[in-house]
Amino acid sequence: MQWNSAAEFFAMGGYGVFVWGSFGMTVLAFVLEVWLIRRRRAAALQAIRDERADGASGSR
Amino acid sequence: MKNRVANWFRFASPQNFYPLAGRLWPLFAMLGTVLAGIGLWMSFFVAPTDAQQGEGYRIIFVHVPVSWMSMFIYLVMATWAGLGLIFNTRLSGMMATALAPTGALCAFLSLWTGALWGKPMWGTYWVWDARLTSELILLFLYLGFMALQAAIDDPRRADKAGAVLALVGVINVPIIYFSVKWWNTLHQGASVSLTRSPSMATTMLWGMLIMSLAIWMYTIAVALARVRCIILERERHADWVRHAVE
Amino acid sequence: MSTAGPPQGAPVNEAATSSGGSVFVAVVRREIALAMRQKGDVLTPLFFFVIVASLFPLGVGPEVQLLARMAPGVLWVGALLAAMLSLQRLFAADHADGSLEQMAISGTPLTLIVCAKVLAHFLLSGLPLVLIAPVLGIQFGLDARALGILTLTLLVGTPTLSLIGGIGAALTLGVRGGGVLLSLLTLPLYIPVLIFGAGAVEADAAGLGVSAHFSLMGALLLLTGLFAPFATTIALRISLE
Repeated sequence: MQWNSAAEFFAMGGYGVFVWGSFGMTVLAFVLEVWLIRRRRAAALQAIRDERADGASGSR
Repeated sequence: MKNRVANWFRFASPQNFYPLAGRLWPLFAMLGTVLAGIGLWMSFFVAPTDAQQGEGYRIIFVHVPVSWMSMFIYLVMATWAGLGLIFNTRLSGMMATALAPTGALCAFLSLWTGALWGKPMWGTYWVWDARLTSELILLFLYLGFMALQAAIDDPRRADKAGAVLALVGVINVPIIYFSVKWWNTLHQGASVSLTRSPSMATTMLWGMLIMSLAIWMYTIAVALARVRCIILERERHADWVRHAVE
Repeated sequence: MSTAGPPQGAPVNEAATSSGGSVFVAVVRREIALAMRQKGDVLTPLFFFVIVASLFPLGVGPEVQLLARMAPGVLWVGALLAAMLSLQRLFAADHADGSLEQMAISGTPLTLIVCAKVLAHFLLSGLPLVLIAPVLGIQFGLDARALGILTLTLLVGTPTLSLIGGIGAALTLGVRGGGVLLSLLTLPLYIPVLIFGAGAVEADAAGLGVSAHFSLMGALLLLTGLFAPFATTIALRISLE
């Protein structure tokens, strides 16, 4: 499959919006998912550290 | 021999699975990236222009893979959930919970890309054809699973309740698909159908296959990473977690 | 008051030593007796059905042909929604006063009790819908034949709704956001029944036979009748742990 120019590639024969809208949303969705997992992991680790700190310093 | 089997079973404990998952997910992420690279290259630089649909058909290289994965993930999720219900293993339930968001995401992407494919090809963003409608219902099933687990505070009860729901859903998916297909043919006669895809050149099939594999590898990586989070959240009072976090 | 007194209605424990059949009947009668004391519980979903059905003509205009075409779908969706309302009652009251746990630990198989409750639910909410639907169908301009088929589909379909709904009700027992969550879980599972039920009237109007629709609905009823009580029992035990 030969594309004659970058412009042609992005235009996708007139269907550019639809093709890139699809691939773009897919990439966006996966990037978002990974970011959310990273955030979740950070929050979980922080919660554990906080509880440990409470335990270490804490006497009730 | 018996020792080897026992060795594998030790990974059923979250404590042992946590580091294993930690080593595995980067491998799957790498595999997924490589496959995605190959798949995208095939989608845009190998597969030829379609006679009827021009360049617009290239959406199938992402629409079909996410559709397949949305259904496959549901199956795997229900399997893990069922195993957790039958054998009362905590990790199985956690795996099911870890898979659900990715599956829901794939279902949503299937609908999104399907709409963007439908608009230029058949004139409307939404077509009530059997596959898209079933995909919408699958999204509802995913959301119901996630909502139920979110609403129940006790994780063990949430796992088991979700498992029953997932198993009931799995049985229902073929029934729902059949009934929607039935409904569709009754109402449309000469149907406008997204299943009437362009006649497949081999490169197109390979492209879809490789993209599907790429998303599969991605799903495994993400599920392993997410289950690690779930383990940290649920087991946070255990000693091994405190040591692992240091 | 820590432990409630004897549960409302007939004490089920005494019947545990008798045959399953008499327990079944006792539970059905108890459900009906309890519902009669709180008639609102039964009538409210019914009124809801009537109101929802009346909203559609107000929304789309009184054109007779349009309404007649919409009627099967609208009335069926109304029936689904009304079923959602009444399903919350299936286990919640007994769970609240402790009788559900009594039933679970009694000698009688919980599945039998579940079947009895589901049957009572059908009698108390499905059957009234079946009886009122023809009246609403007239509002939508359906002719006698269409009314008959619609009523028949509801008669065959509403037991299935009760059976499937039992699973959702058991899963969401005592859970936050119960009612709406119950709907979210159960409505997707109702879709096949909806499609075949509403579709039968239209198929008949188009001159295609209705036998296929009824066969499929019958098959769904059979399938659900065989499996849903077990799934509901498992879900109940999970919720009661």
